[in-house]
Amino acid sequence: MRSAVRPRGGQPRDEAAAAAPSRGPRRSRRERVIRSTQWTAWGFLAPVVAYLGLFYAYPLYRNIDLSIRSYTVTSFVSGNAPFAGFANYRAIFANPTFAPALLNTAVFVFVSIAFQFAIGLGLAVFFHRNFRLSGLLRALFLVPWLLPLLVSASTWSWMLNSDSGVVNAFLQAVGLSPIDWLTSPTWSLGAVLIANIWIGIPFNLVIMYSGLQGIPPDVFEAASIDGASGWQRFWRITFPLLRPVSAITLLLGFVYTLKVFDIIWIMTRGGPATSSTTLAIWSYQLSFGSLLPDFSSAAAVGNVLIVIAVVFALVYVRARHRLEAL
Amino acid sequence: MKHRPAWLTAIGVGVTAVMLFPVYWMVNVSLTQTSNMRKSPPNLIPVDGTLDGYTVVLRQQLPYLGTSLLVGLGTVALTLVLAAPAGYSLAKLRPRGGGVVNLLLLVAQMIPAIVMAMGFYAIYIKLGLLDSVWGLILADSTIAVPFGVLIFSAFMSRIPDELLQAARIDGAGSLRTFGSIVLPVSRNGIITVSLFAFLWAWSDFLFANTLDNGGSLQPITLGIYAYIGNNNQQWNAIMATAVVASVPAAVLLVLAQRYVAAGVTAGAVKD
Repeated sequence: MRSAVRPRGGQPRDEAAAAAPSRGPRRSRRERVIRSTQWTAWGFLAPVVAYLGLFYAYPLYRNIDLSIRSYTVTSFVSGNAPFAGFANYRAIFANPTFAPALLNTAVFVFVSIAFQFAIGLGLAVFFHRNFRLSGLLRALFLVPWLLPLLVSASTWSWMLNSDSGVVNAFLQAVGLSPIDWLTSPTWSLGAVLIANIWIGIPFNLVIMYSGLQGIPPDVFEAASIDGASGWQRFWRITFPLLRPVSAITLLLGFVYTLKVFDIIWIMTRGGPATSSTTLAIWSYQLSFGSLLPDFSSAAAVGNVLIVIAVVFALVYVRARHRLEAL
Repeated sequence: MKHRPAWLTAIGVGVTAVMLFPVYWMVNVSLTQTSNMRKSPPNLIPVDGTLDGYTVVLRQQLPYLGTSLLVGLGTVALTLVLAAPAGYSLAKLRPRGGGVVNLLLLVAQMIPAIVMAMGFYAIYIKLGLLDSVWGLILADSTIAVPFGVLIFSAFMSRIPDELLQAARIDGAGSLRTFGSIVLPVSRNGIITVSLFAFLWAWSDFLFANTLDNGGSLQPITLGIYAYIGNNNQQWNAIMATAVVASVPAAVLLVLAQRYVAAGVTAGAVKD
């Protein structure tokens, strides 16, 4: 349709471009095509970009604004709070909860990821042997990950209950003394870690399993013909080949675990005292979890969390560049 | 076919049983009589079980379940409408600056939900959207939209270019092409995204508790939370609600297991 109209409009330009016969008009037509496809491309993209601006950038902006002003409950509604600069940040760094919250966050994230990844990878290698029923069992392994976090958290709270929990009943049955999982400062972080590791294993299993499937089978065959043992095959071949998949799994695990809120809040509310308070929990305690919400401090804590996540993402990007450069 | 040793299957069943023990325990407790709840050691199987917990659910939790269903479906609709065209654009139309959008989508997923909740709260107070189902749908969609775009662009980049060119030659405009070619062949992507969007909205607790905890329509996660928060000792009712709240997860797993795995991997191991 369009090409039928084109020659007429194109003619004068053909004459003008006589010095460079036939190249000029074609390029201008291509430019016009590119411009119109750019319009189309951005037309399809515009809703999401607007959405990102309205529902990510603006809340984020509001959050930064909260953190650099001193809002009270009333000024939170009215919106005119005095500018405070970094005072809120200084206050949270000096707060006695900050150090334990940061430490708990670090322990929670690294222990969770270490166990989730090691167990997930082990299971992936195991299921990769494709025995009878392996597909069905692998599917069942997804269940903990698909359950609402609130459901898993309340189930674990009841299982870890000091007096009537099945875990303590088991410990007693094998001759150990029961543990106050959720009510003793020594164990509360361990208790939420157990639940969180349990929830994260399926995710690691699925990704690492698909990573394993991406390795051509002849690689393993060649290695076993060369006489490599199962252990050697894993450390010398499987593990190095899985490095890119592992890196992305660990990064995603890091980002998700840093944000964990539901599990800890349901199981311990960050307590007793601050023994299982992470930065995410602390931020919630300061804002919605308090009768006199201090949204400014809560927002500052939340922004610290974002900075940590972004720093690790940048470390990941750099590490990947270095890997690719090798 | 290679030999498949039975002992591997035995170990596999054992490991899976350990992994799923908490799920079994949830069902077991939901069927236990209140009088047996504090028994030591607890009954490993529900001897003289009861459905009391479930009758309580039927009596008290149905409105919550309805709200969750509504919020889940609303989130799915909003996510699909936003994410599918964007995924198509990023996968096939090469918009200038598309890389930046991709990066923003990744960064968006790093923002902790608590930060989003505070931002939304501040905005909703002004707009009067607090305690409304629409506000909750909007907030829940932020969990799923960035993921949805990434999944759609991963699925749609596999559509052969010849197919789209053929449509163009036949005179289809870009909207036509999108509606009658791209969407139908992206069925798997649509299913995967819908599934996760629904599941995440259904499971959301933080947005519900911060943006809708005074609303007349509350989702099931708040129903469970209200039980726990009231220091309710009716653990069979709590666990029965938990079992019912897990039904969508179970249904999706049975009906759409391969899409679940596809979603996890496409989101993570895309490039």
